[in-house]
Amino acid sequence: MSDLNTFRQETRTWLNENCPASCQGDDNILPDILWGGRRQIIEEPDVQSWMDRLVAQGWTIPSWPKEYGGGGLSSEQSKVLAEEMSAIGTYSPLYSFGISMLGPALLEYATEEQKREHLPRIASGEIRWCQGYSEPGSGSDLASLQCKAVKDGDDYVVTGQKVWTSTADVSDWIFCLVRTDSDAPKHEGISFLLIDMASEGVMARPIVLLSGASPFCETFFDGVRVPIANRVHHENKGWSVAKALLLHERTMLAGGPGRAPASDEKRTLIEVARDSMNAPTGPLPDNAVRAEIAQTEMDQMCYAATLQKAQDAAKAGKGMGPEGSMFKLYLSELGQRGADLRQRLNGADGLIWDGDEFHAEAKESTREWLYSRASTILGGTSEIQLNIITKRVLGLPE
Amino acid sequence: MTLVLNEEQQQLKDSAKSFVDDRWQLNQLRQNRASPKTGAIDTALWQQMVELGWAAIPFPEEFGGLGLGYAELGIVMEEAGRKLLISPLLSSVVLSGSAIELAGNNDQKGEHLPKICDGSGLYAMAYQETSRHEPANVHAALTKSAEGYQLTGHKQLVINGGSADHLVVVCRSSGEAGDRDGLSLVLVNSSAAGVSIANNLLLDSTPSANITFKGVRISPADVLGEIGNASEVLDEVYARAAIALSADMLGGIQSAFDMTLEYLKVREQFGAKIGTFQGLKHRAGRWFCEVELSRAIVLKALRSVDSASSDLARVSNACKARCTATYQLSGKEGIQMHGGIGVTDEHDIGLYFKRARVTEILLGDASFHTDQFATASRY
Repeated sequence: MSDLNTFRQETRTWLNENCPASCQGDDNILPDILWGGRRQIIEEPDVQSWMDRLVAQGWTIPSWPKEYGGGGLSSEQSKVLAEEMSAIGTYSPLYSFGISMLGPALLEYATEEQKREHLPRIASGEIRWCQGYSEPGSGSDLASLQCKAVKDGDDYVVTGQKVWTSTADVSDWIFCLVRTDSDAPKHEGISFLLIDMASEGVMARPIVLLSGASPFCETFFDGVRVPIANRVHHENKGWSVAKALLLHERTMLAGGPGRAPASDEKRTLIEVARDSMNAPTGPLPDNAVRAEIAQTEMDQMCYAATLQKAQDAAKAGKGMGPEGSMFKLYLSELGQRGADLRQRLNGADGLIWDGDEFHAEAKESTREWLYSRASTILGGTSEIQLNIITKRVLGLPE
Repeated sequence: MTLVLNEEQQQLKDSAKSFVDDRWQLNQLRQNRASPKTGAIDTALWQQMVELGWAAIPFPEEFGGLGLGYAELGIVMEEAGRKLLISPLLSSVVLSGSAIELAGNNDQKGEHLPKICDGSGLYAMAYQETSRHEPANVHAALTKSAEGYQLTGHKQLVINGGSADHLVVVCRSSGEAGDRDGLSLVLVNSSAAGVSIANNLLLDSTPSANITFKGVRISPADVLGEIGNASEVLDEVYARAAIALSADMLGGIQSAFDMTLEYLKVREQFGAKIGTFQGLKHRAGRWFCEVELSRAIVLKALRSVDSASSDLARVSNACKARCTATYQLSGKEGIQMHGGIGVTDEHDIGLYFKRARVTEILLGDASFHTDQFATASRY
């Protein structure tokens, strides 16, 4: 305990000496998220300096081992660090798929050499990663993927197409599932490759969604040469890595242990309803809408309690397993219901796509509502989550 | 406030579970139907529960209690609810006990709480007068008399009212039905002159009574709290009761789910276990999520009582509304997934379906609590 107190004192001193005043407090200049990568430009010198100091200290990812760019902190120490940062209103804005998904999988499956090459560049924000999983013919049935990797000398030659590769157009590397054995049962012919997006033959193109421009891309591989040394885990055993990674993805999508929610300055559902009904005070005039909003808020309260229970269980030493699927399923549907109700309450304002005179927040809500239809599909559809819950949690026969 | 059980709570859960499994048979519910008019509860069973300390859990030690909280009481209620055990936990300990603890003076607490804790007294609370749970819709009149007061009115759905020796009665000392002001709480000996009790058996075999009070004499010493000013205490009593009842419901929800899940794994049709069919499997998966959400909000709500949360009203609304919906889902899906056997009296799943409806109506259904949640949220 006294060690922890010493650590707290040291942390306080370090933050005092290293965190620029502009990066502290309620009106700090830090962005919500810095995704990192070679194309990232940080314009504020204070933010750059704060990032440099965090990286040098390993505190962008305090829990990773020091030799891989982390802070080597115990979970108690990480908690103290988070408390001390929060006390002065600062944080590490670096967040990426490398941190939330690839890193944990590499820690579990990569060789020492691979860890030393890739993890520090994730921790420093030098490399931004994207995920190459789905294909046009392989959505829910991910393991049927066909993007092929054929051995040629010291390389694999990769040919095929990936889709829903979020941020592929602005990422530096991609972690990819490829088929290395077409004759084996589908789960047993998949390997996990790390591919430099700058390689010859890689092309990424953004996808336009119902809501307009999106972070999603389709990515094409035309005879791309990838060193065999970039394969994680054994050949044809990539599915194990994929599954571990999907678990991290679901935890992330469920808002599970990890990052704080982005600040939200939108009107509450009630404020939207009051504006649209011209009822600034008193009971809402439409009882059905009133009940719908109350239902949504009660559901949010129940979800928050469920998440808290899981986090408390994790603190007590039980990690989040397949029940992460429950969180992904429920949160995506809850968010979808909320977005739908909000858009509907906006009424006529919510119908305007663009033009001369519009309600800016309503216009944004409309795009969020359209985008929300993706939330029950990406990261494994609700139906896939139900398959996982019923098999892994409930033990129902297949 | 952590939402996982500590070691002592886990031990309490284990011992409550084995007690309920050893001493209570679901079949008792079927047997009770033979005597619908006695209104009796199993006093021998209740004494054993009292000896385990269950009736004393939430009360301060100075009044004979164990000085524990709703986190612990909820554990016991959940285990009782798992097997649909009939007991005065809700009526005597939660409803009447809370009213006396929150409204009573030291003399009243000193007289009555030890009796609740040691089982020497059996209390029931008479509050409802109309079909729906409407806390302010009280007509039962408390009027001044020479010696103090007298009470005239009619109450229904008094759970365990026929077994109780004392009744905590919500009545009106001023104003009109529907007013929050003017409500009072009085203690009535159930054998007092002018009290007449009609015993009923509810559809889930819970004993309930309709009680008529005709000019019943009430001594000023039996008025709980300030006359005409009981609304705030009642808010807290109903919130606690809705939460404790939710814990009981959670036990039933979990049982109905477990029972049905087991059936999906063994029942075969078309040459396959029916649990392999996606049409049933995915419904079971969604049902599981609802059970988990219900469990989390019950745990949170029980702890909100113990921490005297300022958001207790809204949490209790969300809790009761959620458990009501989940228990309904559990009864209905439980029967449907069992198929034909599910609608027979022989199979237990139907007993849970019945309890789901009784617990839904008690202390307000989901639309009542949704409305209250919106009101408490000021919209």
